[in-house]
Amino acid sequence: MSAVETKVQEEKKPLLSKKDRKLITDPLSDNNPITIQVLGICSALAVTTQLKPTMVMAISVTVVVMFSNLIISWMRNLIPGRIRIIVQLTVVSVLVILVDQVLKAFVYDVSKQLSVFVGLIITNCIVMGRLEAFAMGNKPVPSILDGLGNGLGYGAVIMSVAFFRELSGSGKIFGFQVIPDFVYEMGYVNNGLMMIPAGALFTIAVIIWIQRSITKKFEEA
Amino acid sequence: MLFLATDLISIFVKSIFVDNMIFAYFLGMCSYLAVSKDVKTALGLGVAVIFVLGITVPINWLLLNEVLKEGALAWISPSFAKVDLTFLAFIMFIATIASMTQLVEMVIEKFSPALYGTLGIFLPLIAVNCSILGGSLFMQERDYTLAEASVFGLGSGVGWMIAIVAIAAIRMKIRYSDVPKPLRGLGITFIITGLMGLAFMSFLGINL
Repeated sequence: MSAVETKVQEEKKPLLSKKDRKLITDPLSDNNPITIQVLGICSALAVTTQLKPTMVMAISVTVVVMFSNLIISWMRNLIPGRIRIIVQLTVVSVLVILVDQVLKAFVYDVSKQLSVFVGLIITNCIVMGRLEAFAMGNKPVPSILDGLGNGLGYGAVIMSVAFFRELSGSGKIFGFQVIPDFVYEMGYVNNGLMMIPAGALFTIAVIIWIQRSITKKFEEA
Repeated sequence: MLFLATDLISIFVKSIFVDNMIFAYFLGMCSYLAVSKDVKTALGLGVAVIFVLGITVPINWLLLNEVLKEGALAWISPSFAKVDLTFLAFIMFIATIASMTQLVEMVIEKFSPALYGTLGIFLPLIAVNCSILGGSLFMQERDYTLAEASVFGLGSGVGWMIAIVAIAAIRMKIRYSDVPKPLRGLGITFIITGLMGLAFMSFLGINL
């Protein structure tokens, strides 16, 4: 996972100024949409029992955030303030319909597995949150980078949740068995707790715990 | 008739306890985490969610079955019989939800200023609450009838309210506990929600 992220940054290094790079790297750690901004939890946790649907979900969300950020940023001076939520919702739902149709056409089984959660990208707080907080007040290029950064930050967290859940819940990674058979014969049992919803909540709580111990940014109460 | 009633009651109870929006599907987590610091506001938001879910799920059912489904437009002319518009479901659902919350807000403001005082600020928030859209999408996926859809909407709302009021009450108590610093706020709320989810799993055994 981290290899992919560093690759993206390296490729863009000569192209982007330092400020632009910060837009991408910030959401990965210091300003992560899930663990710091507390956005997009809704759909983040339900899909993370296996890595494959999680990856599809992360990519879909990244695509939707990037392009909705771009479109809203283009239109930001044309949108009347009072109806901006409805305009944003319309743009986002059009993009989500496109993503949904693409998923149905090319990865039908994953799309069935994700079921309603593809549609729920529309109300994913990350998308709306970034539109409100960033795209409404910034130019298109920084907006699309902000979308990319937040999508990757979201992806990084849900991928790590999915990694631990799939590994300890079913002993597999991307559907391939990684825990050898003799371990099972010695009496090892998959941790069923990780497959149920509560497992996701505990995993993400531990991730938040670790991250905040490192960054030393605490909240009160 | 009796069979129908028991069927509906079973869907109602199931959507509150077994298929709880928060503990089983994590829907509406954002506002669940953000607005659960105080029981009173949590209750207000919960009532608003019941209200909106109870209205939007049946309306979206009607839209889906009378307008979008294949063959639903056959009454206009036979050439429309093959038209399948279900791919538009997302945008129709979200439009209904956004306009219904707006409408409900205006109606409440006009007829009951007191209720508006408590619910008003939450209604715009609800348009982007995942549990509302989730209710409509589950209704589509599970092929409910109209009666079932209405009951399901109400039940999901009640389940969501129970969850947010419970977590708000626990968070008010936990203020006096010595939680490890990095876990304060978000982290401990996740852990409590997980434990509550485990508790709610005991309802899984109920056979209705």
